[in-house]
Amino acid sequence: MGSLGGVELSMTNSALFMIATTVATCGFLMLATGSRGLIPSRMQSIAEICYDFVAKTLRDSAGKDGMVFFPLVFSLFMFVLVANLFGMFPYFFTVTSHIIVTFALAMLVIMTVILYGFVKHGFGFLGLFVPSGIPAAVLPMVVVIEIISFLSRPISLSVRLFANMLAGHITLKVFAGFITSLSTAGIVGIAGATLPFAMTVALTGLEFLVAFLQAYVFTVLTCMYLSDAVHPNH
Amino acid sequence: MASETHSEVGHAQGADQEGVFPPFDPSTFGSQLLWLAITFGVLYYVLSKVVLPRIGSILEMRSDRIEQDMAEAQRLKEETDEAIASYEQALSEAKNKAHTIALTAREKAKTEADDAMAKVENDLAKKLEEAEEKISTIRSGALTKVDEIASETTEVIIKTLIGGRIAKADIANALQNVSENVAR
Repeated sequence: MGSLGGVELSMTNSALFMIATTVATCGFLMLATGSRGLIPSRMQSIAEICYDFVAKTLRDSAGKDGMVFFPLVFSLFMFVLVANLFGMFPYFFTVTSHIIVTFALAMLVIMTVILYGFVKHGFGFLGLFVPSGIPAAVLPMVVVIEIISFLSRPISLSVRLFANMLAGHITLKVFAGFITSLSTAGIVGIAGATLPFAMTVALTGLEFLVAFLQAYVFTVLTCMYLSDAVHPNH
Repeated sequence: MASETHSEVGHAQGADQEGVFPPFDPSTFGSQLLWLAITFGVLYYVLSKVVLPRIGSILEMRSDRIEQDMAEAQRLKEETDEAIASYEQALSEAKNKAHTIALTAREKAKTEADDAMAKVENDLAKKLEEAEEKISTIRSGALTKVDEIASETTEVIIKTLIGGRIAKADIANALQNVSENVAR
């Protein structure tokens, strides 16, 4: 469709499903909370449960000061969750199964941590890399380890989500592929194809769990990293 | 190429992209980053400006309402307690009053009964006295009559035995002597 400076910027399946994710999330939340019922409807309950769930997760790990990040964390949770769940529809594209998307989200988190940390605490933010109560002899080594661990966070955060989604979907597709290839091998093959079919059904259930769990894990880790930005001396 | 990628591994072995695994195909990175920035930006904006304040206000409204209702319930409970306390006080007052009334009534009845009894006793005593008086008059009357009868009888007897008259005073004297001797 178009390119800018040699970079392809066209509308793709990935873009389509990102838009779908945003539209579905915003649409659902707007619709669910539209009536502002004192006694919530079922949809409003779901929206409120999401809100409370994310708010509690963030408050538990980052404390009351961490609540400034609530919109970011909530957006991340909803985006990842809805994108993961969209991926469970056959023929749908899973946005979070592309490393560039998860890496961009992880970098967003880490850059927020770094920027907020330096703006809020100045160079005191570097105290994050110097844990208290460590003997001076091993301190340089600990600081190096802390820095490496900090730098590896965006990688682990993005790869965990990406790999989980990708691996799950590949497994599903491999087992589903067995069904078709076995069923071409006559009556015995059709009988044998029930095994990968049962496996596919079971894996689909598991993948729904993984879709939610990975969104949750991503959110929890985000909250913990943001907590470092708020309280660097812990 | 991207429009042909209908799922994340859809064309993993496809010949069209010189064998690059789609998730690692750098040619899609630019477009994905751009659209991620747009869509996530929109999502963040809508959520932070509209949805989250709305849910927050709903939850706050509800907790306010619950707090209000709890306060109201507390107030009503206090009122109920007050009402119960005043009722109990009224009850105990009424009981006291009833007790006093019963006590005074009993006292009154007792004094009245005592009065009536005293009156009756008085009457009885008076009647007794009267009766005794009457009896004593009757007796003394009877005794004087006995003297008379005796003197008349004596006179008649003497008259019949001796014949002649004897002074009444003598007879009376004689009878007096006799009755004195008998009394002794």
